[in-house]
Amino acid sequence: MNAAPTPTATATAAAPPDSGVSFVEEIGHLLYASKGNPLNTCIQCGTCSATCPVASGGFMDNSPRRVIALIRAGFKEQVLKANTYWYCASCYQCTVRCPRNIDIAELMYGLKRYTVWKAKGQEDLIGPTFTETFVKTILRSGRSYEPVLATTYLFTYGLPEMIQEAQTATALMIKGRLLLLPARIKRLDNFKRMIQHIIPLGDKE
Amino acid sequence: MKSYAYFPGCSLEKMAHSYHLSTIETARALGVELKELEDWNCCGATAYFHVDELLAFTLCARNIAMAEQQKLPLVAPCSGCYKNMYFTRDHLRHDADLAEHINDALAEDNLKFSGDSTVHHLIEVFVNDVGLKEVKAKVTHPLKGLRVAAYYGCQILRPKKSKAEDVEQPQFFEDLVAACGAEPVPYPLRLTCCSGALIITNREAALSLVRNLLESAVQAKAAVIVTACPLCQVNLECYQKQVNREFGTELNVPVMYFTQLLGLALGLPPKRLGLGSELVAVMPAIKEAQRVEPALASTS
Repeated sequence: MNAAPTPTATATAAAPPDSGVSFVEEIGHLLYASKGNPLNTCIQCGTCSATCPVASGGFMDNSPRRVIALIRAGFKEQVLKANTYWYCASCYQCTVRCPRNIDIAELMYGLKRYTVWKAKGQEDLIGPTFTETFVKTILRSGRSYEPVLATTYLFTYGLPEMIQEAQTATALMIKGRLLLLPARIKRLDNFKRMIQHIIPLGDKE
Repeated sequence: MKSYAYFPGCSLEKMAHSYHLSTIETARALGVELKELEDWNCCGATAYFHVDELLAFTLCARNIAMAEQQKLPLVAPCSGCYKNMYFTRDHLRHDADLAEHINDALAEDNLKFSGDSTVHHLIEVFVNDVGLKEVKAKVTHPLKGLRVAAYYGCQILRPKKSKAEDVEQPQFFEDLVAACGAEPVPYPLRLTCCSGALIITNREAALSLVRNLLESAVQAKAAVIVTACPLCQVNLECYQKQVNREFGTELNVPVMYFTQLLGLALGLPPKRLGLGSELVAVMPAIKEAQRVEPALASTS
């Protein structure tokens, strides 16, 4: 573990897990239906961070390179509290350019799932709420529906942003580009039973 | 006639209805038969994958299994749907246990995934299966003088599907634009992300990314940006006003689907291609190019 630089900013929360499974193993095993991701082969070259349009735009509190270093050094709390993975747009540029073939975008998905399951992570991000609403919408109807999704972020906006968003929505509506009623698939009962095989949905309707 | 099972995806139902219309029209004109999948469900976008991989695979597998029932390859015009279903098939084909588990679930809808139907993006069908030579032969209204920024975006190229695939210097989109008689311009940010769903979850970052893409197109003196993805189109076009408001810019770049560009070159009426439903009108840019072109031709 000599390659990982020591995180400086918030080192207080660092504590190696005592379950016998290291954080890097835990995270590595979250991917590809448990096929794993070779995080330990990272050479910290920073190609991922330089290539990421969101990180290089200065919007991530920890760059992808740094997140990998933090995972390897066992800084679980800092990793989970970072906005990095919720700010990943899934463009896969880091993945195709990584010289060690680490699927970094997939790692970001892994971290999202990890925090969704464990209900941990940075508060006041729109990402988790949006995801939850999106998934619920689809599990209910089989299709996505934009107006419902809008409710997940509008309330976090200030008034100027909200007005701008409303103007955009109005313009789209005038052009006939917004669904007024949610669509749904026909074999919805089969669809819901199919989902029950994979994840518990609570009481059957 | 080549036939495909057609998966429109949620965006094409309304927000990107013009993409649906122009897909149907251009496919017909090129002799491609699209049979819409009956009762398709949402591919999950990125959200299912944020919550549960198995669930995400299952929902994509349902669509693939329905295409298999029709014994047809599956085609999607949305890059996100395409990527999700392409890699679901890939994973399931290489992991028998995963496929078995998912088939247990699919049985509830009397479906079974076998992996027989391949998954394609629409642009791939036009470029590879129909072929650019054939496309060019059918072009009746070459869009001479129209400077086009061919915008690949992300998920038609990435993740990489094979070692041989060129994800750094692709050329097929520019080639298709050229086959339409238009002029593909060097567009430096053609592979850079439009911000995807960050437009909802991180507005500040998203508008900044959109601004970069639009300004790059302006610098390249492109008259239009052409996309192959509904989310790219919405982000680049519908949020232009908000970009202008946030950054004090005066961007006004039309963003159209490649099927609309192709449709015009094939002589199809703009209305049937859904043109007219944009917030930044496309047709003035097309007409301007047509007006200027004779002058350009005489001076060269």
